[in-house]
Amino acid sequence: MKRFIGFVRKEFLHIFRDWRTMSVLFGMPVAQLMLFGYVITNEIKDAPMAIMDPSHDTYSMDITSRLTSSGYFLSERNISNHKEIEPVFREGKVKIAVVFPNNFIQQAQRERKATIQVITDASEPNTANILASYTESVVLKYAMSLQKSSGMGIRIEPKMMYNPTLKGVYLFVPGLIAMLLMLISALMTSITITREKELGNMEILLVSPLKPAQIILGKVLPYFLLSFSSAVLILLTGYFIFGVPIVGSIVLLLAETMLFILMALSLGILISTVTSSQQVAMMISMVALMLPTILLSGFIFPVENMPEVMQWLCKAMPPKYFITIVRGIMLKGNGLDVLWDETLVLSGMTLFLMILSMKKFKKRLA
Amino acid sequence: MAAIDIQNIVKTYGEKKALNGVSLSIEKGELFGLIGPDGAGKTSLMRILVTLLLADSGTAAMSGHDVVTDYKTIRNITGYMPGRFSLYQDLTVEENLNFFATIFGTTIKENYSLIRDIYVQLEPFKDRRAGKLSGGMKQKLALCCALIHRPEILILDEPTTGVDAVSRREFWELLKSYKNEGITTFVSTPYMDEAGLCERIALIQDGHIMDTDSPDEIIRRFPLPLYTVKASPMTEVLHALRSFGQAPQVWIFGQEIHFVASEHDISEDKIRQYLTDKNLKVDKVEIITPGIEDCFLWNMRKS
Amino acid sequence: MEHEKVINSAPVIQVKNMYKRFGSFIANNDLTFDVYKGEIFGFLGANGAGKTTAMRILCGLSSPSSGEIQVAGFDIYKQVGQIKKNIGYMSQKFSLYEDLTVYENMRLFGGIYGLTNKEIKERSANLLQMLGFENARNTLIKDIPLGWRQKLAFSVALIHKPKIVFLDEPTGGVDPMTRRQFWEMIHETAAGGTTIFVTTHYMDEAEYCDRVSIMVDGEIRVMGPPAELIQRFGVENMNEVFIKLARAKSTEL
Repeated sequence: MKRFIGFVRKEFLHIFRDWRTMSVLFGMPVAQLMLFGYVITNEIKDAPMAIMDPSHDTYSMDITSRLTSSGYFLSERNISNHKEIEPVFREGKVKIAVVFPNNFIQQAQRERKATIQVITDASEPNTANILASYTESVVLKYAMSLQKSSGMGIRIEPKMMYNPTLKGVYLFVPGLIAMLLMLISALMTSITITREKELGNMEILLVSPLKPAQIILGKVLPYFLLSFSSAVLILLTGYFIFGVPIVGSIVLLLAETMLFILMALSLGILISTVTSSQQVAMMISMVALMLPTILLSGFIFPVENMPEVMQWLCKAMPPKYFITIVRGIMLKGNGLDVLWDETLVLSGMTLFLMILSMKKFKKRLA
Repeated sequence: MAAIDIQNIVKTYGEKKALNGVSLSIEKGELFGLIGPDGAGKTSLMRILVTLLLADSGTAAMSGHDVVTDYKTIRNITGYMPGRFSLYQDLTVEENLNFFATIFGTTIKENYSLIRDIYVQLEPFKDRRAGKLSGGMKQKLALCCALIHRPEILILDEPTTGVDAVSRREFWELLKSYKNEGITTFVSTPYMDEAGLCERIALIQDGHIMDTDSPDEIIRRFPLPLYTVKASPMTEVLHALRSFGQAPQVWIFGQEIHFVASEHDISEDKIRQYLTDKNLKVDKVEIITPGIEDCFLWNMRKS
Repeated sequence: MEHEKVINSAPVIQVKNMYKRFGSFIANNDLTFDVYKGEIFGFLGANGAGKTTAMRILCGLSSPSSGEIQVAGFDIYKQVGQIKKNIGYMSQKFSLYEDLTVYENMRLFGGIYGLTNKEIKERSANLLQMLGFENARNTLIKDIPLGWRQKLAFSVALIHKPKIVFLDEPTGGVDPMTRRQFWEMIHETAAGGTTIFVTTHYMDEAEYCDRVSIMVDGEIRVMGPPAELIQRFGVENMNEVFIKLARAKSTEL
């Protein structure tokens, strides 16, 4: 045990002495989150807009003219039927549709509750969010001016096409956690183990009374802890800076995170057993882990829209399950009763990779 | 019982035979040198002994423990310094030492007497990162790490390669001092001039042990008279000597040429005369005692 | 080559008061030396003594902080391109591309130095014949034994008939026979008028040079033929000359 602790202590020394590792561990998560949260949201001007105004009264015409004069929107076309909404979005003619109800003015005056539907194209979640909030602010301003004079109430009902309930940064957080855990756990472990090989230190470790399992665990434990704190950091940043909710159980969320970290660490060890140079380990980790995590997990591109072959490929990717689980817990408040099958698949994959990597890690060279 | 007993070890990598039936027996407390160039098979043999590689055939035992079945015991009683070993560059001298002490389940204090000589040299730099040490100091630290658990057998793979002459000398002085501690030291080197510092040596080339004995004995066995010739121009002298009698071995040694004479009637004067007749300028012709390098070349010629 | 002859021939490397500073660290401290045509010059020193820095300057890979330097008759500040055309380089670490054949390597380096196809053909046939390697023309480098590779690498460094060849630790670790065959090649090349500039920290390589300089802490401490230095220090070989010099310096790290 003392040997093992000594080994872990050494591992921590390596990590703390290397500012690059430290900045990857803790700077990356925050930087990435900021990137996805802020930078991608940029100002939008003259977004093509469709208007459906069956009531055509003073209120609705006022709002329409305020929207078009705001500079954010260009009135692209008027439509008269709900059925037309879908095609104009699909053709990409408009980015936003504003739908007034029949008898808008009557609803507003009599029931003091008139609802305007704002439909956006959620396949571009950030744009959709911004446009919806622009509309909201224009309408609310108008409503406030009405309320002061005559006490009318107008409500906005935002609606997303293609991906309802989606909010950009909400969706990014789970994907980001998956990506960063993959990066830290798999990439870093594979590099740190191959570094020992490259420098010839692995020979000494193998020849010492340390058992191979102790070497592996000693390498992995620090990264397990660091990955975990990094994940917590992302959650905190998401929660406090972007207001990403955590609807479901935090305990379950953290437990699933640990499971995913274990999976990624095993992958890292596996990579290190088949390579002997840090460069190759880095390449394999990048190509074999990062790209699938970003592209084939539903992080950015919804899996449902992919060709069937790709969908099958996605099903072999552990991050896909993890992202589904995290989204379920954070945004929908799902519990294990809903997520048990994803959890089971992920556990199975983890166990498989762990056994495989332990088997492949040899007690001798070559 | 021999401290290291190697019987008929064969190791191949694909087509290439790295070790071709190697047998050696090294006594307890001996300082034994494995002398040979890069690619001769030195590293493969050492890795087999420290249980890092499996031989294709043959057996080897360290202190009576088989390297295949008893590998766990061997890993406890062996100190090993691999050729590429460079310690942990980002850890300090002391942290490196402590780390190796811990994984071998010991402390610096416990075996202080053994490592004292090196440790006092290292101590002024104990807070310095290993990566910032000079080459010679790094090797000393590595030796210190290999000794920290008081091993019965020390296996050192080219510890002096790439190290400057002064540090090499100091390193060998350290190695000699472990004989009194009863530690068996098996060290490999590509430097022929280090052979004389060992009690016994084995000359290895192409995975094949060409000769084993004490350096003096190997030199004594050199079968023919050896002359050193200093004459110019060098290239022409070489060609001339190669056609002087059978001339079984003629090689340049620095600024001189070593000439092995197989005919009995060849003498210093005759060589001088022969070269002068060819209009070559002769500075020196002398019969000399061969060195290990002459012996190595002679053995290479045979095989 | 004999020392007397060396001095009578023309210098091909002239270094006068060369300094190279990295911040406050002085890597080369006032180096002054000449290397002559057809000479085998050993540039020795421990790791970190500054010999690699100096060699990089002479090869035109970095510029000195100050000093007057001419290599192959060209000025190091203004005519780097000319210098590069007139020097060859070989190191033990990098020699030839292993996944190319012998001839492909020769064609590559010949091309790099601007030889025409015809010249490359003639020159490579010539070099292979000198080595007795005609049969290995189309063999991949990785299938060629280590010792042979070294000789080939040296030949490739000569393909453009350079005036000076820089050799970086050319024979460290090779077997005694290959080493000697290699030095015989070097002697033959030098006898043909090419200057050989060897940097090494292997003192046994030093003994094969006509003249050596030993650097300690960025300065050239001694210079002369090995036999003369050995005599001057009253020791047996170059190794001990070096040890005496280094010990005299101090016993610090």
